[in-house]
Amino acid sequence: MTLTIFSQQLINAVSLGSLYALVAIGYTMVYGILRLINFAHGDLLMVSSYAAIYGITIFMLPWYVSFPLAMVFTGVVGILLDRAAYKPLRDAPRISLLISAIGASFLLENLALVIIGGIPKAFPRPDMFARVITVLGVRIQVLTLYIPTLTLILLFGLLFIVYRTKTGKAMRAASKDFETTRLMGINLDRIIAVTFLLGSTLAGAGGIMWAMKYPQVNPFMGVIPGLKAFIAAVLGGIGNIIGAVIGGFLLGLGEILLVALFPGMAQFRDAFSFVILILVLLFRPTGIMGEPITDKT
Amino acid sequence: MNHSRRNLVLNALSLAALFSVLYLFKRYGTEYQVRILNNMGIFITMAVSYNLVNGVCGLLHLGPNAFITIGAYTSALLTMSPAEKQMSFIIEPLIWPLSVVQAPFVVSLLAGGVTATLFAFLISFPVLRVRGDYLAIVTLGFGEVVRVMCNALQSVTNGPLGIKGLTPYTDLWWSWGVAVFSIIAITKLINSSYGRAMKAIREDEIAAKAMGIDPFKHLMLAFLVSAFFGGIAGGLLAHLITTISPTLFTFFLTFNLLIIIVVGGLGSTTGAVIGAVLFTWGGEALRVVESPMDFGLFVIPGIPGMRMVIFSVILMAVIIFARRGIMGRNEFSWDALFRRLRLSGR
Repeated sequence: MTLTIFSQQLINAVSLGSLYALVAIGYTMVYGILRLINFAHGDLLMVSSYAAIYGITIFMLPWYVSFPLAMVFTGVVGILLDRAAYKPLRDAPRISLLISAIGASFLLENLALVIIGGIPKAFPRPDMFARVITVLGVRIQVLTLYIPTLTLILLFGLLFIVYRTKTGKAMRAASKDFETTRLMGINLDRIIAVTFLLGSTLAGAGGIMWAMKYPQVNPFMGVIPGLKAFIAAVLGGIGNIIGAVIGGFLLGLGEILLVALFPGMAQFRDAFSFVILILVLLFRPTGIMGEPITDKT
Repeated sequence: MNHSRRNLVLNALSLAALFSVLYLFKRYGTEYQVRILNNMGIFITMAVSYNLVNGVCGLLHLGPNAFITIGAYTSALLTMSPAEKQMSFIIEPLIWPLSVVQAPFVVSLLAGGVTATLFAFLISFPVLRVRGDYLAIVTLGFGEVVRVMCNALQSVTNGPLGIKGLTPYTDLWWSWGVAVFSIIAITKLINSSYGRAMKAIREDEIAAKAMGIDPFKHLMLAFLVSAFFGGIAGGLLAHLITTISPTLFTFFLTFNLLIIIVVGGLGSTTGAVIGAVLFTWGGEALRVVESPMDFGLFVIPGIPGMRMVIFSVILMAVIIFARRGIMGRNEFSWDALFRRLRLSGR
């Protein structure tokens, strides 16, 4: 492997990893507070890609208006999801919540299938993202640089909210102890809604980036990124935002390396991530940055 | 006549009634009706065995499709004759021992069950170390890994092409015979001391451990038994539809089984049976929404995929509004039935 190809692969890995990280952050936030694996999180990627497409094709919006609107729309869908599927089950056993999440995920997928149809749509990728530049003989698609940049910007924005604002403080408190936080007079429903808004908006950003990287959108496009992002979140220690970012990058790196070093293994890429998940759970169940799990019932 | 003897007689009578109904359908029923009944029997086997892990032990296991796949492929590869195998494996020939062996249907079903159990044994060590959401994701992941392998290992599974032209061995006797057998076996297991230990682990694992119950041993037993019957059901399914491919056994199958046991009542074998019957029958009845409806004056076009929307809404509605499902954790029993009859008779 020459240095050129190696740097090429490295850039790909960073790009893919930051995409996983972007989606994993949302997973981790919801898990941190509700202790719930939001199965429908991946499907929010699909919602936002379609919203972005329709913004451009039906409402004739320029992409820089359509994309943020799609993200906000996804955030609102996230809040609605919480209201409809998770809020009635706050005091129920965790297994009910998880089943509801699986149902919500299937509902979103099949609703999209019924409303939009199963034929994949092409994503209208703006030209400025498709350009290719050459740096020191390495050919780089500009998109692979924009994705990590966007992830970093959103990450710092999120960290600011979580660590510097009052709402963020309440979120951190709720993730430590639900009941005590409620006793302290914090409106938990509002905090949970904000969490879903933030997490889903990030998923929306991830969905648009994903659709630009793989410009074909269909109702089931969110399943694989959703699972990958979950694995990334577990890898980094679920509930921990920085951990999710590290996990995302590691998973992206691992997958690209696997394909680059053993081209024959390319078809096992999805299986590879699950094997990693099983190994992590076996040897370090709380992930890289994880704290020991305190059982919150 | 004492109670247990009365129950035994009643059980035998209802079994006889069931099989005479099946006989009548086999003799006079249309092909479509027989097909639905076959599906019902297979889904009962799958649901009852899935319920053993999910409902009785309280582990959210999302990978029964993996064991059904393994059973289906094993049993399909065993019943085909070497010549047929050579014909269907075009891209890559089947690997050696499998390409020459051929076994009768019964043996192939059992082999499917045993192979599924073997895989369940291997996977149980990492799976049963974790609980709750993690267990759900790991089992889901195992299901995905099996699906990816089915696509990739062309010299064993024929890849995405799948295996075609199986002999349709599965008939009403097979599907319902296995269903009845699995219900009896799993009920016996649940009512034994092992079953009570499983329920104790479901309620409070730490307390159960303090009482001297080994959680790993009991959960593993449930997991293996569940995989065994799942594998057999897979073999039956393969020989019912005669064509299997990796797309047949996606997470979608698990989702259906989950609906069945949640609607029936998590933890109730009776519930699983009722759920499976309702699901198979309701699934056919709901086809109405996917075909065009003609009201004379105007026509509503059919909406493909609408059935799945309705199923997801049902699952969420049940888990939110009627969390216990139809049966809750109760089981059907003759004693309870008679008590109720006498009460209403007064």
